[in-house]
Amino acid sequence: MGRYIAGRLAQAAIATFIVITIVFFVMRLSGDPTLLLVPEGANAAQIAELRHALGFDRPLPVQYLGYLNDLAHFDLGQSLVQRAPVWLIVQSRIPYTVALAAGALVFALVTGIPAGIAMAVWRGGITERLLSAVVLAGQSLPTFWSGILLILLFGVSLRWLPTSGADGPASLVMPSVVLGALAMSTFARMTRISVLEELGRDYVTAARARGLSMGAAVMRHVLRNAAIPVLTVVALEVGNLLAGAVIVETVFTWPGIGQLAMQSIFARDFLVVQAIVLFVSVVYIALNLLTDLAYSAVDPRIRGMA
Amino acid sequence: MLLAPAPFVPALFAPALAVHDLNLLIDGAAVVDGVDFAVASGEVMALVGESGCGKSLTAHAIMRLLPDAVRQGRGRIELDGENLSALSERQMRRVRGRRISMIFQEPQAALDPLSTVGAQVAEATGLPRSQAREAVLRMLAEVGISDPARRIDQYPFELSGGMCQRVMIASALIARPAVLIADEPTTALDVTIQAQILDLLRRLAVERGTAIVLITHDMGVVADIADRVAVMYAGRIAETGDTAAIFAAPRHPYTALLLAALPRLTDVPRSRLAVIEGRVPAPAEFPPGCRFAGRCPLADDHCRAEVPPLRDVGSGHLSACWHSEAVR
Repeated sequence: MGRYIAGRLAQAAIATFIVITIVFFVMRLSGDPTLLLVPEGANAAQIAELRHALGFDRPLPVQYLGYLNDLAHFDLGQSLVQRAPVWLIVQSRIPYTVALAAGALVFALVTGIPAGIAMAVWRGGITERLLSAVVLAGQSLPTFWSGILLILLFGVSLRWLPTSGADGPASLVMPSVVLGALAMSTFARMTRISVLEELGRDYVTAARARGLSMGAAVMRHVLRNAAIPVLTVVALEVGNLLAGAVIVETVFTWPGIGQLAMQSIFARDFLVVQAIVLFVSVVYIALNLLTDLAYSAVDPRIRGMA
Repeated sequence: MLLAPAPFVPALFAPALAVHDLNLLIDGAAVVDGVDFAVASGEVMALVGESGCGKSLTAHAIMRLLPDAVRQGRGRIELDGENLSALSERQMRRVRGRRISMIFQEPQAALDPLSTVGAQVAEATGLPRSQAREAVLRMLAEVGISDPARRIDQYPFELSGGMCQRVMIASALIARPAVLIADEPTTALDVTIQAQILDLLRRLAVERGTAIVLITHDMGVVADIADRVAVMYAGRIAETGDTAAIFAAPRHPYTALLLAALPRLTDVPRSRLAVIEGRVPAPAEFPPGCRFAGRCPLADDHCRAEVPPLRDVGSGHLSACWHSEAVR
């Protein structure tokens, strides 16, 4: 168990280092970053001065070491557009993105997983067909469209919920549903497949041969076995929810990372974009690590592995 | 004139389990057709045949755990005289595990990999796990698991296949059912483990008076353990009777060929193994007459046209062959 965790931690550390390195070199590959940062209409002397001020005239390895050193101190540079430290700018948006992702995740879990179980247990019936239709809708409706429809219905016509902004828990409801719809469908499909596969196994027949009802066999044996593949998908989806809310945050003017990414790209705020890429990558790695640790909690076979 | 005393035939004397005229259908084709047999307490009855002959479906029909695609047509299944086919699913649930239980071909697959063996054995008692613990420990010891106090909290992957089958047997017998259905219980195990498991089943059947229906394709297993045998072919019973009588003088050509196919230590080294030519017909291709006619050396036009009924060929030995006298 201890070795398993240590191994996963080491892997996560290596992956983080590789991501940091790739981000650095990709930024340099795309040309002289100074040109992205200078105000329009600057002359050659001003560009050279800025290049020197930012250290972009040093050799690459020296720049790389400096970049690592800055990162170690959580120094992601100064945004020239907003005239503030990049890390502070990104940090101020994180709570909003986390709140939205959490709302979407809760919505997706409490609807998607029971729907998947129901589709597997009552396969071939009317329940499965109805739920399949909902799942298909969640999977295929584009968020910019479903978001606007919800705003029109619940915000404009019924006036039950605020149309946009981040003003209390009520304004979290619609963006969560819209953002979580795709994850709900993914969870439902994955749970359905996983439960169906487990239902066909001998241990289910054996449990029923011991006198368990179908429901008891599902609750006591099938769900835990079916949970392992679903866990992986949930972890991946959390990454998507944190990173993939650009459109939803824009539609609902939700002040999270996605909206910041959009604004920074349009404002050519290169260092903020770089910080968001780093942040999202590290979040993915951390989630993968958590998933691996969660496996070992569920599955005794992994716990026993060296 | 003195009347000869009637021979004591345990199967006919209040059987623990009796199957009457069982018909199982897949898409309207009778994959099990008119199967009859009975087992008495303490008796081991083998249901033997090639894969696809319907023996495993018969077992699942007795448990009322048939796959969705299979439907029961005619037939009655009686447990201690009670018609199981008439019970509701809720009533049947109280029968399973308590009065009839089952063990399976792949013991490791038949155990939930994420539950401890103790939890799974305890399930069959219907008691909360803490209360069942003592009984589970005793039962694990009884099926020959050493160090049960340690094993009870282990997971199936920590046990060998033979150990897992012992756990399955413990879970199947802990509630003292009248009938145990053993579906190929030793097929997936090593030969030495196989003998140990068969000995264990035999001993428990005698000690506890459990009736055992043993499903197998292996005539060697039948010879080891079964008191009586029913040979199935393509969903019907071809021949049934005492194991000793059938091994001594089979009266159905299929049984005779199965026995001839058993390799023996007296065979000339490197001689060819005997085989039965051809294959079992698919349900859609069942002929109107005897289903074995296509592979039978004795088949004639009568066999191909008319189904041979099971007829008594001497003291409870039945054969479904028009030429049972000609079988050698």
